Amino acid sequence: MNLHLPDFAPVLPELTVMLMACAILVIDLFLPQERRHITYGLTQFTLLGGVALILVLATPDPRITFGGSYVADPLSDLLKSAVLLISAVVFLYARPYLQARELYKGEFYVLGLFGVLGMMVMISAHSLLTLYLGLELLALSLYALVAFNRDASAASESAMKYFVLGSIASGMLLYGMSLLYGITGSLNLTGVAAGIVAGLTSPDLNLALVFALAFVVVGIGFKLGAVPFHMWIPDVYHGAPTPVALFISAAPKIAGFAIAIRLLVDGLAPLQESWSGMLLVLAVLSLAIGNVVAIAQTNIKRMFAYSTIAHIGFVVMGLMVGNEQGYAAGMFYVLVYALMSAGGFGMIMLLSRKGFEADNLEDFKGLNDRSPWFAFVMLLLMFSMAGIPPTVGFYAKLAVLQSVIQADLIWLALFAVILSVIGAFYYLRVVKFMYFDKPVDDAPLTGSGDFNVVLSLNGLAMIALGLFPGVLMSLTAAVR
Amino acid sequence: MQISAKITLLLTPLLLAVAYTTFAERKIIGYMQIRIGPNRVGPRGFLQPIADALKLLTKEVIVPTNANRYLFLTAPVLAIAPSLAAWAVVPFDDGMAIADINAGLLYILALTSLGVYGIIVAGWASNSRYALLGSLRSAAQIISYEIAMGFALVGVIMAAGSLNLGEIVEAQRGSVYHWFLLPLLPLFLVYFISGVAETNRAPFDVAEGESEIVAGFHVEYSGMAFAVFFLAEYANMILISALTALLFLGGWLSPLEGLLPQAAFALPVIGWVLDGGIHWFLAKTAFFLFLFLWFRATFPRYRYDQIMRLGWKVLIPVTIVWLFLEGVAVAFGLGPWFA
Amino acid sequence: MTVEEILFYAMSTVLVGAAVAVITVRNPVHAALALVLAFFATAFHWVMLEAEFLGILLVLVYVGAVMVLFLFVVMMLDINVARMREGFARFLPVGLVVAVGMMGLMAMVVGAGVFRIPGPERAAADHSNTAALGHLLYTEYVYPFEIAAVILLVAIIAAIVLTLRRRPGTLHLDPGRQARVRRNERVRMVKMHSEKQ
Repeated sequence: MNLHLPDFAPVLPELTVMLMACAILVIDLFLPQERRHITYGLTQFTLLGGVALILVLATPDPRITFGGSYVADPLSDLLKSAVLLISAVVFLYARPYLQARELYKGEFYVLGLFGVLGMMVMISAHSLLTLYLGLELLALSLYALVAFNRDASAASESAMKYFVLGSIASGMLLYGMSLLYGITGSLNLTGVAAGIVAGLTSPDLNLALVFALAFVVVGIGFKLGAVPFHMWIPDVYHGAPTPVALFISAAPKIAGFAIAIRLLVDGLAPLQESWSGMLLVLAVLSLAIGNVVAIAQTNIKRMFAYSTIAHIGFVVMGLMVGNEQGYAAGMFYVLVYALMSAGGFGMIMLLSRKGFEADNLEDFKGLNDRSPWFAFVMLLLMFSMAGIPPTVGFYAKLAVLQSVIQADLIWLALFAVILSVIGAFYYLRVVKFMYFDKPVDDAPLTGSGDFNVVLSLNGLAMIALGLFPGVLMSLTAAVR
Repeated sequence: MQISAKITLLLTPLLLAVAYTTFAERKIIGYMQIRIGPNRVGPRGFLQPIADALKLLTKEVIVPTNANRYLFLTAPVLAIAPSLAAWAVVPFDDGMAIADINAGLLYILALTSLGVYGIIVAGWASNSRYALLGSLRSAAQIISYEIAMGFALVGVIMAAGSLNLGEIVEAQRGSVYHWFLLPLLPLFLVYFISGVAETNRAPFDVAEGESEIVAGFHVEYSGMAFAVFFLAEYANMILISALTALLFLGGWLSPLEGLLPQAAFALPVIGWVLDGGIHWFLAKTAFFLFLFLWFRATFPRYRYDQIMRLGWKVLIPVTIVWLFLEGVAVAFGLGPWFA
Repeated sequence: MTVEEILFYAMSTVLVGAAVAVITVRNPVHAALALVLAFFATAFHWVMLEAEFLGILLVLVYVGAVMVLFLFVVMMLDINVARMREGFARFLPVGLVVAVGMMGLMAMVVGAGVFRIPGPERAAADHSNTAALGHLLYTEYVYPFEIAAVILLVAIIAAIVLTLRRRPGTLHLDPGRQARVRRNERVRMVKMHSEKQ
């Protein structure tokens, strides 16, 4: 028997994360509770080691292996590094919260690492098969993480909702993919694109392709959380333990953006006119519903959920434009969003303590009196989410709007600006609570050293990146 | 048609064997317990199975109140059909099988995994608590042991490089040392233990458990319906014995092959006896069948949680470890088995 | 019609009938058994397509293991069929409209000639698609194959995380700990003088 083995070198980062996750799973089994920090340390080591590996292996030209089901290109290098770094920050933020609630278990880290692996697989997918499998790996880890706090009924309920809706969305995506495979005869994204070009000539096939495309867009829309496929987001954010909500809100959106790029741009580029129209509807609805409904929320986790939906509207808008500038703007936005979201949830966890979740807007009242520094950090985060210069959120919105205007969709740009202004209201309300109201709760803030430092850096990054947006922007423009 | 003649030729001796296995069981256990066993019907009791069959045939099949009549009567059929159908691919001698298919081992594995439906459906349709308890126990037990059994078979497939039962036997040709019994000893033990558990025989007979849950899944059955469950159980026992002989003990191959000089096999009648053939296969099968009966006479029944622990925490890890070792041996062509 | 066509249509009828029965019969156990039948008919189709390895595997995995556990759970649960049917009747009109609409769309879109995967050629009788499948799975598709394995691992971990709990106060005995007990952990020797009458 002579096996022709494929090239394994490009998948080394994924391989490392997978093997380390398995190793951590076994090592954790033999650790007593008081030495759980070893699990944590190994997890962080894996994530940072993964980044290092990606940077070492990075080359400007794409490396495709495994019969065309895997690709490593500058885009995947950037997004994978971002996912790993954001996840490292997430695990750092999550630690004190978990310790205070008897949720400090090795399985959290193992499931988290497998989720990260799923995201990496999604980002590097070059065939419909790997794309779907990566998505499922991520989703399965997330379902389990949402229900991680078994004794909380809200968590189980939201996990159930997430699971049912997520399965339906996966089914939709899979159905669309199976149609695509049937029409083009290829699982490989390059092959799919070639098959579509060949098939576009016949009107029969054209209709079938758009039919398949609709299912694919529904699937992507659900995973990103764009309206009208957003129903799961508020419930899951609200019901899940805060660290898990943080995990879901940050890195998976980057991966979701990646699959949108892979599928729509790499695979279905010849159908761009069709999917642009569909994404336009998603973007408009997301902006409107996200920003308006967020105003009515009293729970800050739910508010972040609707704010996520609104941000996703911007990301989808960038994708919708359908040129390099738009993709780069969308990518810039989603990276910035992940950073902002991590910071926002980090603040919730800073305020929470054993037996107190700090997930109501009121809990932020008078934060300035309790800790002027962290009130300022939160101020930066809120300004950035609202898109107020000179924070980076402003440049993210600006980049997307520029690309929209250049595509001659002035009305859409205007619409987005108006809704952003409406959206600014609920972000600024938090600022008002922090600075102009009396504290309801004056327990001292409990954050360990590394937590405080990273959270502060996270907040300062908003302004630093805002002052020098060119650094990240040139990166996103270069890979696209 | 030729195929139906083949099937008749297979099933008639098989059902006779089943009948006389029940007799053998009573006799063997009798002698092990220093009793004589049945000796009244016919010479030395040899007509006892016939008498039993006649008795069961004439008895009424009672369907309990509120039982699901349709499923209640289907269940025995569900139990016996797979255990007979699995015989289709069993080779008795070189090429002597009804269907010589490529994925024969897989086919047998699939069919033996279906036997549990008869038990589950019987237990559920009987509308009886004891029966339901028995069927639930059986479902959990069979699923658990199927994994160990499947892993053990993976080892055989790796060693033989084929899923075809005839080729698996041929891969063991050479001498008695070439049989898979030696290199796959742990897998052989796991396979046979799982086989005993899969057939719901003592010491894994918690599905019946006559001292705990009266008779488990078939407590409500009488007459011929009950007899069919019995037939299925014994047909499965014989099947597992035959498979163990095929997979680990070289099937119809002679143990003397490679030990005696070639000239010995050329002798008129003795040569035929010494050389491989169906008689060796039947002898090996009979030996394992005897083990089944011996176990019943010797071992006390396992507790339910002990069964689960043995299956998941002992047998499965053993198979996994051995598969790794075997993989290394196959990769390096460790002789004489994997060369 | 050739024999194959007759078999195909017969098995397809069984398959569709069983699938309809899964969602229409009252009794959940009957529904599960109908699903088993549907799997069988599907496996038959696969074998007819010369994918005998997959066909047998479908029986082995889904019928032999998954559905057994499914039945196990269904039998343990006391499902209130009447309450389930309440919703069924209420959502039936909407469901029907959606189903008919989808079917119409699919019929319109996925017409003949849309799928351009060429049908596989008839393989020789001694062709082993098990070996061919194994060869592909461990070379070209080893990456998706391994990811699928990781997904299953995650499913195991998730199931254990969500269900394994050690309740305080259960009367569970650990035989190992019982056997390790030393005398001086249980018995305290006390020296005392006999009491005077």
